This record gives sequence, structure tokens and C-alpha cells, in this order.
Amino acid sequence: MDKIVVENLSLKYSDGTESLFNINMNIKANLITALIGPAGGGKSTFLRMMNRLNDLADVKEVTGKVLIDGENVLDPDIDVIALRRKVGIVFSRPLPLPLTIYQNLTYGLELAGEKRRSVLDEAVERSLKLAELWDEVSDRLKDPASALSGGQKQRLCLARSLVLEPEIILLDEPTSALDPVATAKIENSLVELKKQYTILIAPHNTQQAGRIADDVAFFLQGKLIEFGPTEIIYTRPTDQRTQDYITGKFG
Amino acid sequence: MSRYQEKSVHRQLLFEKAGFSILTVLTILTVLPIIAVVIYVIVLGSSAISWDFIFEMPMDGMRAGGIWPAIVGTFYLTLGTAIFSVPLGVAAAIYLSEYAADNQVTRTIRLAIINLAGIPSVVYGLFGLGLFVIFLNFGTSILSASLTLSIMTLPVIISTTEEALSAVPQSFRVVSVSLGATKWQTIRRMVLPQALPGILTGIVLGLERAAGETAPILFTGAAFFLPRLPNSPLDATMALPYHLFVISTQVPGMPIQIQYGTVMVLLFFVLIMNLIVTVIRSRARARRQW
Repeated sequence: MDKIVVENLSLKYSDGTESLFNINMNIKANLITALIGPAGGGKSTFLRMMNRLNDLADVKEVTGKVLIDGENVLDPDIDVIALRRKVGIVFSRPLPLPLTIYQNLTYGLELAGEKRRSVLDEAVERSLKLAELWDEVSDRLKDPASALSGGQKQRLCLARSLVLEPEIILLDEPTSALDPVATAKIENSLVELKKQYTILIAPHNTQQAGRIADDVAFFLQGKLIEFGPTEIIYTRPTDQRTQDYITGKFG
Repeated sequence: MSRYQEKSVHRQLLFEKAGFSILTVLTILTVLPIIAVVIYVIVLGSSAISWDFIFEMPMDGMRAGGIWPAIVGTFYLTLGTAIFSVPLGVAAAIYLSEYAADNQVTRTIRLAIINLAGIPSVVYGLFGLGLFVIFLNFGTSILSASLTLSIMTLPVIISTTEEALSAVPQSFRVVSVSLGATKWQTIRRMVLPQALPGILTGIVLGLERAAGETAPILFTGAAFFLPRLPNSPLDATMALPYHLFVISTQVPGMPIQIQYGTVMVLLFFVLIMNLIVTVIRSRARARRQW
């Protein structure tokens, strides 16, 4: 089933960097879809279109459609707050808010009007377990999040996006600041999470995409060059540029 | 041992030491005058300080008695200035930093605000006389003087607050918005608490200046001598800096310890403001983690 349908999506920034050109893509539910390609190719921009985080950036022009469950989220009249609760994001650097571990997780819930202590406690525990962080922090939820290690911080960020019970999770190079052990933990979580969520990830490298992704999209200079199941893209790509990128001829 | 190692290390260490010594001397040179002033004031003024000096009315053409009305007046003026300038200044800074588009108009406004901070205070005094005292008919009053001081204080509060706001990492804003916060929720729950220490510094810098100014209140609210305490915002008032000006220049035969006692009280007034804000600020800092 297609969770996200992207139709003729184009975007220009005011300063002319990292545009998108006429992207068409159908992203399936409950799979991990990886966006690969060299830096500056539009992966981050594409991800941030899904929950309209680009509203904060200096975007000059957007055309086309992004349909999530059939609703065009680029429509200026949609409830963008509700959209962001439905589509969570994890950034490339671990960015805990300057609060305690517990408050990091309840921040979004409290904004959504949830005040019941029992509900908050339960949501915190559930999301930390999903992000496989519960065992490490359950006895120090009142500690500042800044005291965690880099890998723990990033799993906290993953838990923080899960706490709002989204349907889609965006991950923008979530392991680029992490060591291999921490990376493996995140990857394990993601494979587990795709049962409940639709996951869109710009992976740290092509190997990571190969390990966890079901579908792979190759972005080059703002264009979608090729899109398909991972084993096909990685073994028999139709486009020469995809082949060159995957085999490491350029990056 | 490679030929690069031995050669330069020695000289670099020497430079390092020399540079450090120069900076230490310069720092002492900056702090010394301040310490000297404070000691001078305490030596000459402390003999005047007594319960009566602080809590009594002036007597004998201000040559004796206390300075209570001037203390109360300065307190009212500072409070009045805070009431007008703090909400307005912080709101303006929030608008400029968080909402205004980064275009020519905004940059011009920002430049104008910075320039306003450099205008001589007597100009604010004349402006206040024209606008508040005469045109708006508030008379020579605490109200007029507070408003005049507020206009003078605003640029300081606005520019320091704006700086404190822009020092909060942009990533916090993005994360907050990505978790379903509106812009205002992000500002109120994430940005303002983080910027609070910086904002408080700006406020106290501005208010201290207001508390010590003579020229802006000269034509707008300061009384030469008032044998009672002001009982409404539309009353004129005595104030410490103006009182000091009066007893130093206008009253013959003024005992010198009364002048310096007054200075000491003004210094302590500012010091207490500083202390209060330092306590609040360090509490806010303790909560801040980034």
C-alpha cells in the first residue's frame, strides 16, 4: 500500500542551493525506504517536505504534490501541526532539547495538551523501549539529557519522535555522528519499528541502506535517478550513474 | 630530534608568557580605577551614613538631615522605567529576532535602535519635556520622567535581548517545531527560558543607567527640594543623581560627607539591583544545559 505519493515535486531555495526537480515517487507503508546519493543532492530537502519543516527555511518556490494517505500536505490550508505529529523526524546530529530526559519525551505530548501524569509516564516508557533505551535510562529519567552519550542521545531523539505515535518516521543521516556499536543499535530498532511505522531514511552511507532498506531511491543533483527494491538497485541498476555511485566510483 | 622542534618552542613560550603578563596588567589597569572610585567614595562618605541619613527628610537647606525622599524617588523612577521599558523592549526584541523578515527594513530598524543607544541623555530629556510634560500634559512628574527614561533605556534592552535570543541555537527551534509546537510555543517554552540570563543582563544594564541619569529627569520630573514623599505618579520627585547635582553645585556650605554619603547610597542602590539579578540569573543558568 502506498503511504506517500509524491507527484511532480519541484523546489527552489532562494539562494539556489539543493533544489528538487520533478520528483515522482510512491513510498510504501511499513517498509524502510532509503534515499541515497551524494551530499547536496536534495535528500534532506525531500525529507523535510514530508512534514513541512522546510517552512522554516528560505524556500522560494514549491510545485507538485506530496500526498500522505491521499491528503496533499503541501496545501497551505492543512493543519501543519497535526502533520508534524503524524510525521516524526530524527536529525543527523543528536539534538536533545536542553531539558531532562523525561521532559524531552513529554515536550511534544504536553504541547498536544496531554497533562495526565499516568499517560505521560506510560508514553515515555513505551517510546524508550521502542528505541531500546529504556534499560539504560529508566532509573535516571530526571537527569539532563545532555548527560547521555552520543548514541544514547540519538536513541532519545528517536524515542522523542515515537512518543507522539506518528505513522511515518523521517531519519536524516541519523547515525552520522555515532560509532559502529551505537549505529547498530539504531539500525536494529529501525528494522523492528517498520512493522508499525513507515520509515524514510537518508542513510549514513550506501552500506547502511543495503543492510536495512527495502526500497532505495538514488538522488543526484536534485533529481530522482532510480527507485526500486534494494536488491535490484544494488545488483542490477538500470542507470549507469546509479551503478557508479553504488560501486563507489563517485560519492 | 628534528630541526623544527627545538628552535621555535623556546621563543613561543616566551611570547606566551609576555602576552599573558601584558593582558594581566591591562586587566588590573581597567579594574583599578573602579576600585579606587569605590574606596574614595567610602572613605569620604561613610561617616555620613546613618539610620537618620537614610530615613530622614533633608533639613537646613539640605545641609543636614537625610536623603529619604531622593532614595524613594529613585526607586519610583527605576520601577516606573522598568514597567514601561521591560515589556516593550523584550517584545520588540522578540519581534525583531523571531518574527521580522530579514530584509532592508528590519536591518534599518535595527541600526536605528543601535544608534538610539548613542544619543546623549540630555537630548532624551528635552524630548521628554516636549512630548510628555508639555504635549501630553503629564507635567513635571514621575510619569513623565519614567517614560523619558524608558525611551532612553529601550535601545539597550532591545539590543541585548535580541542578542540573547539569537544566541539560542537554531536547532532547538527546529526540533521544537518538528514536535508539533507552534512558533509562539517554541519561543515561550524553548527560546525565552534559554535566553533569560542574557535578557536579565540587558534589563539590569538599562535600568542601572536609568537610575543614575540626571539629564533626562532634569526637565521632566526631578524636584530641587520636596519636603514630602511623592504620593502619585503625577507628582514631581527628588532623585539621587539630581539631588547629588544640586547639593554639589547649588548649595553653598554643603558638608562634603553628605555629598559622598549620597553617592554611596546611589552606588549601593545599583549594587543591590545587580545582586538581585545575579541571583536570578545564576538560578536560570543552572537550569540551562546546552
